[in-house]
Amino acid sequence: MSIYLNKDSKIIVQGMTGGMGSKHTTLMVQAGSNIVGGVNARKAGTSVELAGKDLPVFGSVTEAMKETGADVSVVFVPPAFTKDACIEAIDAGIGLLVVITEGVPVQDTAEVWAYLNGASNHGGTRMIGPNCPGIITPGESLAGITPHTIAGTGPVGLVSKSGTLTYQMMFELRDYGFSTAIGIGGDPIVGTTHIDALAAFEADPDTKAIVMIGEIGGDAEERAAAYIKDHVTKPVVGYVAGFTAPEGKTMGHAGAIVSGSSGTAQAKKEALEAVGVKVGKTPSETAQLMRDILSSM
Amino acid sequence: MEFQAKELFAKHDVPGALGIVATTPAEARAAAEKLGVCVVKAQVKAGGRGKAGGVKLAKTPDEAEEHATAILGMEIKGLTVHRVLIAPAASILEEYYFSFLLDRANRQYLCIASIEGGVEIEEVAKTNPDAVKQIPINPGTGVDEAKAREIVAEAGFPEVLVEQAVTLVLNLWKVFVEEDATLVEVNPLARLEGDVLEALDGKVSLDENAEFRHADHAQFEDKDAADPLEAKAKAKGLNYVKLDGAVGIIGNGAGLVMSTLDVVAYAGEEHGGVKPANFLDIGGGANAQVMADGLDVILHDVQVKSVFVNVFGGITACDEVANGIKGALEILGDEATKPLVVRLDGNNVEEGRRILDELNHPLITLVDTMDGAADKAAELANA
Repeated sequence: MSIYLNKDSKIIVQGMTGGMGSKHTTLMVQAGSNIVGGVNARKAGTSVELAGKDLPVFGSVTEAMKETGADVSVVFVPPAFTKDACIEAIDAGIGLLVVITEGVPVQDTAEVWAYLNGASNHGGTRMIGPNCPGIITPGESLAGITPHTIAGTGPVGLVSKSGTLTYQMMFELRDYGFSTAIGIGGDPIVGTTHIDALAAFEADPDTKAIVMIGEIGGDAEERAAAYIKDHVTKPVVGYVAGFTAPEGKTMGHAGAIVSGSSGTAQAKKEALEAVGVKVGKTPSETAQLMRDILSSM
Repeated sequence: MEFQAKELFAKHDVPGALGIVATTPAEARAAAEKLGVCVVKAQVKAGGRGKAGGVKLAKTPDEAEEHATAILGMEIKGLTVHRVLIAPAASILEEYYFSFLLDRANRQYLCIASIEGGVEIEEVAKTNPDAVKQIPINPGTGVDEAKAREIVAEAGFPEVLVEQAVTLVLNLWKVFVEEDATLVEVNPLARLEGDVLEALDGKVSLDENAEFRHADHAQFEDKDAADPLEAKAKAKGLNYVKLDGAVGIIGNGAGLVMSTLDVVAYAGEEHGGVKPANFLDIGGGANAQVMADGLDVILHDVQVKSVFVNVFGGITACDEVANGIKGALEILGDEATKPLVVRLDGNNVEEGRRILDELNHPLITLVDTMDGAADKAAELANA
């Protein structure tokens, strides 16, 4: 078991023929993902060979889903076209929409989010991202850009805003392995939240414990803490990046900014600790806290 | 800044006097001669300008010149005032507050309006929260005339101002969506003598991600205020923020770099309290040139005593990073004088470490773990 993505997932790639798209489609095939095709209106009817697999290119997400039975789409199209790509996929009724693209204007994401929650979302699409590394269920499937070689399958569920911290934490805990690792993205508005992932991990029988990685900005971690208190029975270990970040400076991610008294790492850490989540000072200390929990289970 | 916000207001027909920007007392005088009784206002990206003495009424051109002399060069919240705005003085009957902003937590937009205005809105929010109306806006449907009327009614604008307020709300909404703003604020929004509604002061925050569809926003960038190292990094396309410590930091991925800053600060507690000198995320494709550009910026920071390169090769291959460091040291030659502590893990790590071992450069120390490397970098910075 896993969350959101498994060996039966059939994946298409929007933007498969572009530079990023073709590179990462190759890596996804190598990771064992069942990639069934791509979408590019201008190249419809052609095919692309990636990682030894002949992948058809369709004119639309609807057509790709009809021909292949795809239920997941990974989006690599440039920021200017991401909104339209997402709305097309939602209209087509895709189950899981993983938006890797970095640099999407926040108003575009806000519109996509509103669309996803409106009457138009017949298919009940779940969006992950934008500006995220995507999702990996080790040994089964990868929808995104997380290197599949870092860690194998195991009892830990991981949810993180940051891509490289996802990799770092998978590396630290590679001796245990992961049920699913999901990077939700560092933008001010994202589709799937820490809370969504916590709920899914709580319900997943193969996930025994959860690592939650946050960073400065917004109040997603505080909300997650409140959720954990009432709804999560599995052990959760937390890590928050950005204790030394100064106020008013954006630290790389558009969402990573401390404004006034809100959004600080200290406040997030305190909120998590108040509900019994152990919070590590560093990634390695966080991994050790998780190891202690797992070894006593 | 105010005058830039006002330019965007004017572009979208939001009523309010633009005023004249002056960079010298003489220019301020000339502007006052044109405008008559006026207000001289410091232009910095900070609130509390009035309290800091950066906003003064001038009844004559002499006074305008005098105030400009005092305000230009003044520091407000650490920012030097390089410009003043000379705005016509208005006779104000009432002050209101109005804004549109991105509501992250609820993944929508929010309109905040209060007729218990104006300048001290935070105070009003504390003492009389009911007077500050918060109206959620669905990003899918936005603000049409009906919504604008709803907002105006909810805010409780006086009857005589309702039609003006509806138009103003619609035009401010245009500023918000057409300029890709994350905040459009009017404070104060004033009822002037004769029941005229005008935006007297304002603030607009623009979304950097949307720059590709707003070529004209480049003019709003505050070039004077940027730190010279930040300006240099920006010119090279690097994601760099200058901080105050002695350990230069280079890493890949915003989260990992933030984490690296923290780990270095913790390690610094054992080494004379040294702190990280900067945030620098070289992102996914860390080739030799990007690494050289990054090192070039950091090594020119006079506060830097050691540099910590912390890379987890996800997409980035560690051998490329190692070649980047090697290439950077070749490009920089004798300019590279500070010790580098390098920690590589992940994709192609053996090859990356082999390249650096073989290089055997006297400035480079390879350390296996992030914590160990942070400790070493802090120790070297404290030496």
